[in-house]
Amino acid sequence: MSSSSEPVDYIDRTREQYSALGYEPYQWAERPETPPWTPLTKPLAESKILLVGSGGAYKKGQVAYHWKDDTGLRLIPSHQPATDVRVTHFAYDLEPARSDPNIVFPLDRLNELVEEGFIKSLTPQSIAFMGGIYSIRRTEEELIPALINEIEAMETEIDLALLVPV
Amino acid sequence: MGLVARALEATGISTLVLTAAHSITKAANPPRAAYVDMPLGYTAGKPHDEEFQKLLLRTALDAGTAIESPGTVIDTAIKWSNDPSWKERASSGLNNGVVSSEGDTRSDRTDIPQYQSEEDREAAEA
Repeated sequence: MSSSSEPVDYIDRTREQYSALGYEPYQWAERPETPPWTPLTKPLAESKILLVGSGGAYKKGQVAYHWKDDTGLRLIPSHQPATDVRVTHFAYDLEPARSDPNIVFPLDRLNELVEEGFIKSLTPQSIAFMGGIYSIRRTEEELIPALINEIEAMETEIDLALLVPV
Repeated sequence: MGLVARALEATGISTLVLTAAHSITKAANPPRAAYVDMPLGYTAGKPHDEEFQKLLLRTALDAGTAIESPGTVIDTAIKWSNDPSWKERASSGLNNGVVSSEGDTRSDRTDIPQYQSEEDREAAEA
């Protein structure tokens, strides 16, 4: 158990929790190889940001995620007020995020950072999905290619993708 | 989200992962990550605390975009509370240390859409 000033080790705790419940060990994604690297070319104040959130956000009128490895994406207009953003996910307490979706999908705050000039702009659409996908294979073979397709279909220059997991 | 970051970066898109789960992010090893010491479910701040949410985002964006070495998880020093006792109770799943559920806290997983409200279902099915 870590001391209180350190981050919670969710890998250790989940391992303990699953073991106590008699479950198979959960397999976290481990990628020790040095990650790919695309240098940033602009300061934040000149950057167009793409928000990608995996907290299970969707827009009223869209079909909600199911909870069994749903690998679907939802495009959410970036100027959508977060009050019209809904949240569904099986693995975290939803009440706070349903009360204020900005804590997992910070659209309102990013729009305010644009107004303040801290960042330049947002892509017209932001992208959401439900990150509780137990299958690494389906994440890599279904979700990621679909996400890259959606981003390419935006046909907009993106200076930085801000990825917000839960 | 670490795998998503690696894949996007490989296609030429710069990424920054905002994370409250240091060990999970470190294992997936995305190019740039900014760690905030927040409970699960509160990655981007506290509900209805607009100033804190903006401080969190500004701090994470500044710190994260300053990363020069691929695979860095930078500590933003943003934290939920000066009282760290929530961490002793936190596990993954619904028991995030802030709410008080116990035992097996994961909800049943089905392939039926899980709407926030009945009104949402009607709007989607209209």
